[in-house]
Amino acid sequence: MTTRTAELLMAVACALLSVAFMVKSAELHIGWVEGRGPGAGAWPFWLSGGMLAASLVTLWRWWRRATPESRSRKSYLARDQAPAVGISAGAILFLLAATHLVGIYAALVLFLLFYLRFIGRHSWQLSLALTFAVPALIFCLFEWALKIPLPKSITEPLFYPVYELIY
Amino acid sequence: MESIPALLGAGLLNALQPVNLMMIVLGCAIGLMVGTMPGLGSVNGVAILLPVTFLVPPTAAIIFLAAIYYGAMYGGAISSISLGIPGCSTAVATVFDGRSLAKTGRADRALTAAALASFIGGTISVVLFTLFAPPLAAFALRFGPPEEFALMVLAFSTFIGLGGNDVPKTIFSILIGLVLASVGLDIISGQPRLIFGDISGFLHGVNFLVLAIGVYGIGEMLWTLESTKGKVMVHKVRLSLASMRSNLMDLRSYLGTTALGGLVGYFVGTLPAAGATPASLMSYGLARTFSKKPETFGTGNVAGVAAPEAANNAASTGSMLPMITLGIPGSPTTAILLGGMIIWGLRPGPLLFSEHPDFVWGLIGSLYIANAVTLLINLACIPVFLRVLSVPFTILAPVIYILCVVGGYAPTQTMHDVWLMFAFGIAGYLLRKLNYPVAPVVLAIVLGPLAERSLRQSLLASQGDMMIFVERPISGFCIFCAFALMSYPLLRKLRRRKTN
Repeated sequence: MTTRTAELLMAVACALLSVAFMVKSAELHIGWVEGRGPGAGAWPFWLSGGMLAASLVTLWRWWRRATPESRSRKSYLARDQAPAVGISAGAILFLLAATHLVGIYAALVLFLLFYLRFIGRHSWQLSLALTFAVPALIFCLFEWALKIPLPKSITEPLFYPVYELIY
Repeated sequence: MESIPALLGAGLLNALQPVNLMMIVLGCAIGLMVGTMPGLGSVNGVAILLPVTFLVPPTAAIIFLAAIYYGAMYGGAISSISLGIPGCSTAVATVFDGRSLAKTGRADRALTAAALASFIGGTISVVLFTLFAPPLAAFALRFGPPEEFALMVLAFSTFIGLGGNDVPKTIFSILIGLVLASVGLDIISGQPRLIFGDISGFLHGVNFLVLAIGVYGIGEMLWTLESTKGKVMVHKVRLSLASMRSNLMDLRSYLGTTALGGLVGYFVGTLPAAGATPASLMSYGLARTFSKKPETFGTGNVAGVAAPEAANNAASTGSMLPMITLGIPGSPTTAILLGGMIIWGLRPGPLLFSEHPDFVWGLIGSLYIANAVTLLINLACIPVFLRVLSVPFTILAPVIYILCVVGGYAPTQTMHDVWLMFAFGIAGYLLRKLNYPVAPVVLAIVLGPLAERSLRQSLLASQGDMMIFVERPISGFCIFCAFALMSYPLLRKLRRRKTN
């Protein structure tokens, strides 16, 4: 996909998002409410209207080839860059999905092992050391020091003995 | 009311308390490291580490974050000089001469100049901050809701007029930030707003930190991964005591440039859309203009390192002036600091000086100390920071991603916000590739609730008459300036067309 096409698609997406915000805001009062001033939906409605106008101007400028992006025939995401960015984004997506299923600590172990050993191609020793050290540090900082419990899903019972030690 | 020296003395004593001093040292060291890493700057460090500050009292927390901000400004120069890649955008101008010096084996000279200039620029800026902040805060006490709203309009208009980005895209960025800030329960009627798909997670609104971590953590790392392909080469730096002494003596040759950089940095830094990056570029340009040998700039002139470094440090302090006195952040980093202050139960603005003097003067005092601490850490630990640079990106990146995920979870403790953060990260990355500026979104989401409240209070008082913003002198002046700034890109375009 060229940068020019990406600019068009992004402007259309922004315009559609603006319309969605306007429709949703219009479910509330967007005019004057006696004794209360502007209705609850007025502020987001008119701001979304502004977003729509800005998106339409961007589309108009795209059509007139007024922006450097609308004139660019370069690839939006170069072929040599796409894999690195895609794998990283995919790995984070996996981390979030796995957090729901097996809890954050197990997900972190899988994420780090994948990233360090298979993307970074670091040695097994270094990969394993960091794979267990980083979640341990996160646990100490957030659960122990800050008292912010992180999601553990089905692995929660495994932490009961540790809770007895730290709480 | 106590005099400024007395208040400053109390602030310095407050900053020197063991917890606060430890926070300064820790913050400066982390900031230096964060600034050193390519792709990471003060805004990333502050956004990712803000949840960590819930552990300490507000004064210590703001001191820690301000020290990170400060340290990162120093740190940016290290990668600019030794890698030729600016650690953050504020250190772009440092590459021009810093890299040339490093290539000819004089990286130590460039690094020392950067450290000293940062210290001098920072000191000038902190002194100016101390002098200007109290009168500005006293003046701002006259502000009512119309003036507050007009001031926010003025802050947003600086992004349109001076940001240098595509105007419709900048307007879109500002407005989407304001709309995202309005998600959740309406501040006056309590009605739920913009709750898409009846997802209950939206009821508590969109936390600014979730957006900031997404855009500046995930988005920025993807951007760096794309631009460097994960490969960076460290330029070797040799340091000895003798060379260090000679480098310190060198200061006389660029003292004037440094002082000028400090002044430029401070005043440019106070403008919301400007900040440290244009300040450093402007300072570099001025240094070259006033130099007796302008042709040597870009080929390894040490003044070309000192000028932008003095300016970017001065700008970091300058951008705190409108945040502390008016409640308007001067940069994305101060926008996050402002959001943090709201989390800690403080309302930034003129009343902060009278209601929480310990906090304000403790922060000001900490800036003086952070300046000296960062210089010492910087000069003593340059070799250590260079080792940090040699940490492979494939180790750094997953650790930062993890900090983003955990940081996105911590404020509200819901996975909804973590998914939202990820979505913001991807959207921020894709939008940035098409020249949509992301800094106004962060500023707008922080200021959004305050802007809406002041607008609605003003309109309620005037029974819907918009003239209230024009009739009152201070708000009228702000609105006039805002329109002038917003029309500036159009006027510039017309003038250019006429010239052609």
